[in-house]
Amino acid sequence: MAAANYAIELRNIRKTFGSVVANDNINLNVKQGEILALLGENGSGKTTLMNMLSGIYKPDSGEILIDGKPCVINSPEDSKRFGIGMVHQHFKLVDVFSAADNILMGDNNGGFLLKKDRFKRITDVAERFGFEIDSKKLVKNMSVSEKQTLEIVKVLYYGAKVIILDEPTAVLTVQEIRKLFDVLRKMKEQGHSIIIITHKLNEVMEISDRVAILRKGVYIDTVETASATEQSLTEMMMGRKVDINIERPVMEKTAPLLEIRDLTVKGDEGSVAVDKLSFYIRGGEILGVAGIAGSGQKELCEAIAGLRKIESGMINYKGENLVGLPPKEIIQKGIAMSFVPEDRLGMGLAPSLSITDNVILKKYSEGASPFVDRKKGRELAEKVIEELEVVTPSTETPVRLLSGGNVQKVLLGREIKAEPNVIVTAYPVRGLDINSSYAIYDILNREKLKGTGILFVGEDLDVMLALCDKIMVICAGKLMGVVFSEKTTKEQLGLMMTGSLDISDKNGKIAGIAKDSNITEDCLREE
Amino acid sequence: MITTLATFLYNIIFNNIPLLYGTVGEIVTEKSGSLNLGVEGTMAIGAVFGYIIGCWTNSLLLGVLAAFVFGSLCGALFAFLTVTLQANQNVTGLTITTFGVGFYFFVGNGLGSDWPVFFESEAVVKAFEPIHIPFLSDIPFIGKGLFSHNILVYLGIAIAVLMWWYLKYTKVGLKLRAIGENPAAADSVGINITLYKYLNNMLGSGIMGIGGYYMGLKLSGSFEGTCWINGYGWISVALVIFANWNTAKAILGTLVFGFFNALQVSKGALAYTFPNVLGWLADIPIQLFQALPFIITAIVLIASSVKKNSKSGEPAAKGLNYFREDR
Repeated sequence: MAAANYAIELRNIRKTFGSVVANDNINLNVKQGEILALLGENGSGKTTLMNMLSGIYKPDSGEILIDGKPCVINSPEDSKRFGIGMVHQHFKLVDVFSAADNILMGDNNGGFLLKKDRFKRITDVAERFGFEIDSKKLVKNMSVSEKQTLEIVKVLYYGAKVIILDEPTAVLTVQEIRKLFDVLRKMKEQGHSIIIITHKLNEVMEISDRVAILRKGVYIDTVETASATEQSLTEMMMGRKVDINIERPVMEKTAPLLEIRDLTVKGDEGSVAVDKLSFYIRGGEILGVAGIAGSGQKELCEAIAGLRKIESGMINYKGENLVGLPPKEIIQKGIAMSFVPEDRLGMGLAPSLSITDNVILKKYSEGASPFVDRKKGRELAEKVIEELEVVTPSTETPVRLLSGGNVQKVLLGREIKAEPNVIVTAYPVRGLDINSSYAIYDILNREKLKGTGILFVGEDLDVMLALCDKIMVICAGKLMGVVFSEKTTKEQLGLMMTGSLDISDKNGKIAGIAKDSNITEDCLREE
Repeated sequence: MITTLATFLYNIIFNNIPLLYGTVGEIVTEKSGSLNLGVEGTMAIGAVFGYIIGCWTNSLLLGVLAAFVFGSLCGALFAFLTVTLQANQNVTGLTITTFGVGFYFFVGNGLGSDWPVFFESEAVVKAFEPIHIPFLSDIPFIGKGLFSHNILVYLGIAIAVLMWWYLKYTKVGLKLRAIGENPAAADSVGINITLYKYLNNMLGSGIMGIGGYYMGLKLSGSFEGTCWINGYGWISVALVIFANWNTAKAILGTLVFGFFNALQVSKGALAYTFPNVLGWLADIPIQLFQALPFIITAIVLIASSVKKNSKSGEPAAKGLNYFREDR
């Protein structure tokens, strides 16, 4: 029987949310002992599809076969019973529980009580699978990579034969990715089937045996990785030819616009999030900020925008100290900040308000009239829509109804329309498809050519290497060094991100302090 | 002098045990992620049914059972509205409070005044009398105040300790805490969220119901005047924070609040017995003492909001409904 070779087979799966078709006519199969990459742009329905295997969603129609037998998966419990385990992109762990309790909370065997030997037992189980975990450690004290390991041990503990990983590399450093891939290969040898969701082509080429491609919720094809190239996969994913190079125009150096010196900022929990950080941005340059998620990026952005209390240090803009100024004055001085948080709508835009209202949010108080000048706002909104090619029915459409890429264009467009001299932008392409991402890169490059200084907090090292002039690496809020994009490698950045390599003080030349600084000895003494 | 102190100690515990029931019940509920603001109403319902059924059957045990059952029906209603129908938890809780207190007045005054009298239910009166614990109650100074109480005091403390153990050391407790912290994580390992939320809402509300019944017994069951619960449900909600979501610590919290509450009753006696040290108590108007528990409640809430504690036992997903397909 040929079908029995497949650990999982999906036939004609369809899933809709209201009027939106998330998945249509999907035919997918995974063999035993193989790694299948599920490739597609954001919004192409990869996660939705996998959530139907993990029991979170139910398909509207279609068939799921496990080991050749038709099955109905109604809940995560069913999925667990069928031997399917999913490592979600946003880890499903309880922060205040130990590693062992996170695993055991779903276990119904072995009596009514929590036994003391459970920590030892989980350590042993993990070891048997070839992992080392500290089973007493609380999840909230774990690094991202430790959490991921715990998630993998968890699904293995429940006897998963098919393991689904949703964008597992998004938050890992290069070194951690390599370690993860070794783990996946080992699991494959043990006979596990692995489905890895990703949109990074180089990783697909490296790890997978076969690639299944989705585009806009529709199944395109499954190909052998060995017979594919990055270019051919991109074309299948996009449905047409695309240029996958990012431009980096070269500008002449100008004097430092924004200088940060010994900045210390605390996080929400009261611990130091940004630790004596020094750096500067010149006009006409894009400075990338690389670091593991939660290394102080958010706190840094908020401190510059005046949204977070500064413990010590200086933020100097053209020789003027900004510390202590209210956000409104900082905006008026020409510093714009746009931050795209993980949920993508949480910061900067009011989801239920129209594009017009959102665009004038920063300017509503201008003019003497007590009434809001919506006519001017509408004109501004029209300009943003036209220049950034925002796809929307009208200027009065609530932004929450726009797609992710268009929301982010509105956010960035509003900041740019204020004609800033410095743009601080964090994760502007978070969750965007390739097309929209390139549109955003173009916008940033256009601003750069106008002589604006740009601080680009990013996630994808490949993008940062291609787009930024210089990259500054932070680890736990500390500066690890500033490197030129042309002269560095992903490996070097990875080492710096984990704190293994610190070149912030190389041969007495301290990184992050400009030779032609606007900050004089006098300013510092006043501090 | 000894008698005054012993009475004061006795009052601290005797008058405030309903707070312990309310707090423990609310902790059990909140640990599963449900913020049930219906404590006041649930206690009122428990009080009405417990009292009437207890007196009719002339059995304290049946009264307690009735209070528990009707309290847990309120919990089931809360779970049905918030878990099954996904209604807002705050509004649902307030609705239960309004409903419960309203129901109390409807039964107590609206349905006439032919209700059984506490003192005629001899078996209930007898069962509610203090039980002297041998030896311990003979300890001078504190013995009579601490170890000579009615059965429901001991039951309340036993429930508080039992719930602490249940939440901390049992697998069901672990699942329950997982739901309260991160329901999506609990769901992903196959924990039946609906089942556990129903069970614990019913368990917690049942415990609150017993607390309400106690109020009725303590006040000898007159339906006239204010509601028996008289704000104790609300103080319980605040005590949850004071106890840091730990049912064992709720005992301590009850004693602290009880201390100020008991001053109200004992202030005259204390001032009379210790004229030099506590004489000033007599000059303070009684209304201030009546307001004191609520003032302290407000202070506790402010203090706990200002102080951000990383060791807080507050369930992260408290007050949030969980819907699996939410995106």
